[in-house]
Amino acid sequence: MITAKKVSKHYNKKVALDQIDLNIPKGSIYGLLGPNGAGKTSFIRIMNQITAPDTGEVFFGEAPLQPSDIARIGYLPEERGLYKKMKVGEQVLYLAKLKGLTAAQAKERARMWFERLDMVSFWDKKVEDLSKGMAQKVQFVTTVLHEPELLIFDEPFTGFDPINTNLIKNEIKRLNQEGATVIFSTHRMESVEEICDHIGLINHGEVMVEGALLDIRKRYKNGTYSIVTSAPIDYTGEALVSSEVLHTGHSYVLKLDEYPTDLVVDLAKKGILVGFEEILPSVSDIFIDIVENGPKA
Amino acid sequence: MNNPILLIIQREFLTRVRKKTFLLVTLIAPVLFAALMIVPGVLASLPEDNKTIVVLDEPSLLIPEEGTEQYGLDYLNPTEFDLELAKDFLRSSDKDALLYIPSGEGWDPDFIRKNILLYGKEDISIDLQRFVENVIEDRINKQKLLRQGVDPDVVEQAKTFVSIKSFTLGDEEGSEETSATPLKMGLGYIAGMLIYFFIFFYSVQVMRGVIEEKTSRIVEVIISSVRPYQLMLGKILGIGLVGVVQFLIWIILCTTIYGVVSTFVFPDLLAQSAGAGAPGMAAPDMGNVEGLQIFDMIRSINFPLVLGGFAFYFFGGYFLYSALFAALGSAIDQEADSQQFMLPVTAPMIIAIVTAMNVIQEPNGPLAFWMSMFPLTSPISMMIRLPFGIPIWQVLLSGAILIATFFAVVGLAGKIYRVGILMYGKKVTWKELYKWLKY
Repeated sequence: MITAKKVSKHYNKKVALDQIDLNIPKGSIYGLLGPNGAGKTSFIRIMNQITAPDTGEVFFGEAPLQPSDIARIGYLPEERGLYKKMKVGEQVLYLAKLKGLTAAQAKERARMWFERLDMVSFWDKKVEDLSKGMAQKVQFVTTVLHEPELLIFDEPFTGFDPINTNLIKNEIKRLNQEGATVIFSTHRMESVEEICDHIGLINHGEVMVEGALLDIRKRYKNGTYSIVTSAPIDYTGEALVSSEVLHTGHSYVLKLDEYPTDLVVDLAKKGILVGFEEILPSVSDIFIDIVENGPKA
Repeated sequence: MNNPILLIIQREFLTRVRKKTFLLVTLIAPVLFAALMIVPGVLASLPEDNKTIVVLDEPSLLIPEEGTEQYGLDYLNPTEFDLELAKDFLRSSDKDALLYIPSGEGWDPDFIRKNILLYGKEDISIDLQRFVENVIEDRINKQKLLRQGVDPDVVEQAKTFVSIKSFTLGDEEGSEETSATPLKMGLGYIAGMLIYFFIFFYSVQVMRGVIEEKTSRIVEVIISSVRPYQLMLGKILGIGLVGVVQFLIWIILCTTIYGVVSTFVFPDLLAQSAGAGAPGMAAPDMGNVEGLQIFDMIRSINFPLVLGGFAFYFFGGYFLYSALFAALGSAIDQEADSQQFMLPVTAPMIIAIVTAMNVIQEPNGPLAFWMSMFPLTSPISMMIRLPFGIPIWQVLLSGAILIATFFAVVGLAGKIYRVGILMYGKKVTWKELYKWLKY
């Protein structure tokens, strides 16, 4: 969907993006991850054509990014808001028309969304009279109303209450299933791990690792296993990272160089094995790993 | 695809026009303006508050002067009253003031004029004091003339009033024009003030609008749909349109109110007060000869040039300043921070207004020339000069400079704006603004 080739961006002498290559597959839910100041927002603004790259090219589908492509993108910026004095309905229609919808289209789709998210009663209210949660719903609707092929959410869940977070996560998943490509950009890496299928990790304006999330986690796995047993086991080797007693049983985390076939078979034979799983590293673990040890092939 | 600039203009226009404050200002301003024109006339025509002055005239200076309808004079007999008794008399009477003229040693006019006293039950009004002074001065003058053996009537007849008819001699034969300096002064000044007011009032609204979009954080949502320059341009045009509509309503309302009031309510009165204030409007009510003169005066002004110039400088000045104000608004987070940047931007306009009188008095002098070339002052200064008939090359040059500056400023302002609207929580300095130009 989006391909960046050697994209660089400088602000005076400060480097925001340094020759980055990114590939955001069509139909994916893509996590653009990295600490604050890594260059995420700079790249997003380039995709939205708010700024232009100094060098390099960005492709939307097959063709280089064009001004008309902004109608195909829905963008929820980190710094977001609405006109406080304007009525909700009017405002939603205005923003939709700016994205190129006709008045009739805008009205029809707005109605549909307002019904779906149970916000019909907001229509004639002024934004300043809405609660924060209500305003967030409105903001979400304005982002998706023109049925964009690409949805970009910058720090999407900061400031959203848990109910809205859930509601909107589900809506986003649904839009993704209907064909939209979704980009989540956040520094809170754990918050999107469960819904992203692809990630790009960037730091100091450079891409550290990119690809399908599962592949990356497998690549960076470090032989950590979790074993839960119904009876305590006598295991005190160096490989033991931690152990604790849960109400479901005894839990052990081990770090091993090899797959612990013997141990698992042994426990299974004894009939006390309740659970066994290989723990794949979290994205933030991977991030720390790369910062400390460099990327793995 | 919809034209985004049109959509933005539409929003900027409608949200402002629909506000209650817009309706209020639009309706109240002309009423106030009409009141300003009408009230002085009404007040002047109110029946005067008549006052009676008791006079203790020891040297019989004034007798038998009876005063006017407004200020009547009642004489006390100097053989029965002295100053203290006269004061008591004033206190117990319904008279309003006491004038005491002492005779002193002999009949010395210089002694008399220095020792006249005026007592009032209330504070003595300037009007009353002036009346008394005039009456006494006149009397003493006549007395002095008589003492020198001169007949005051002869002096009266010898007084001459001169009234010169002035013309402006054009280059061609027969292009003599009746000089209409006062009319031109008034026209230039009013037009200049209107432009000043318009630029100030509406450019600041552009700045407010930009700050509003920034503080409500909607700006990034918008510029992911439209280009920043489109947003800026749409805002400037939309608010300009609000201004034009408001001005048109004002003109229509003012004319209507004025027309209704002058036709039905106080027909005579208004013709008079207008005659004093705006010579052009009251022509029919004046004497034939004067009426003709005023007609000549009006004809001597190049109205197409003045009106065209007004429209040009009205919009040119507004666009130039509103682009500057838009850039300013983008650079700051809240209006309170705008002060340090406002002054340098508005200073030229204020200077143009402060020097307006000098420009009027010498519309072809060097100050007037340079002020009307400098693009930040020309919308006001050149407008003030226009009614006086300015060499056409100067008008064209000033217009060209204004247009060129406008494009340069919009380019620069657009760059600052583009960066500024996405900058939050940063105290901006001039140096910073300069850096943004290079982003």
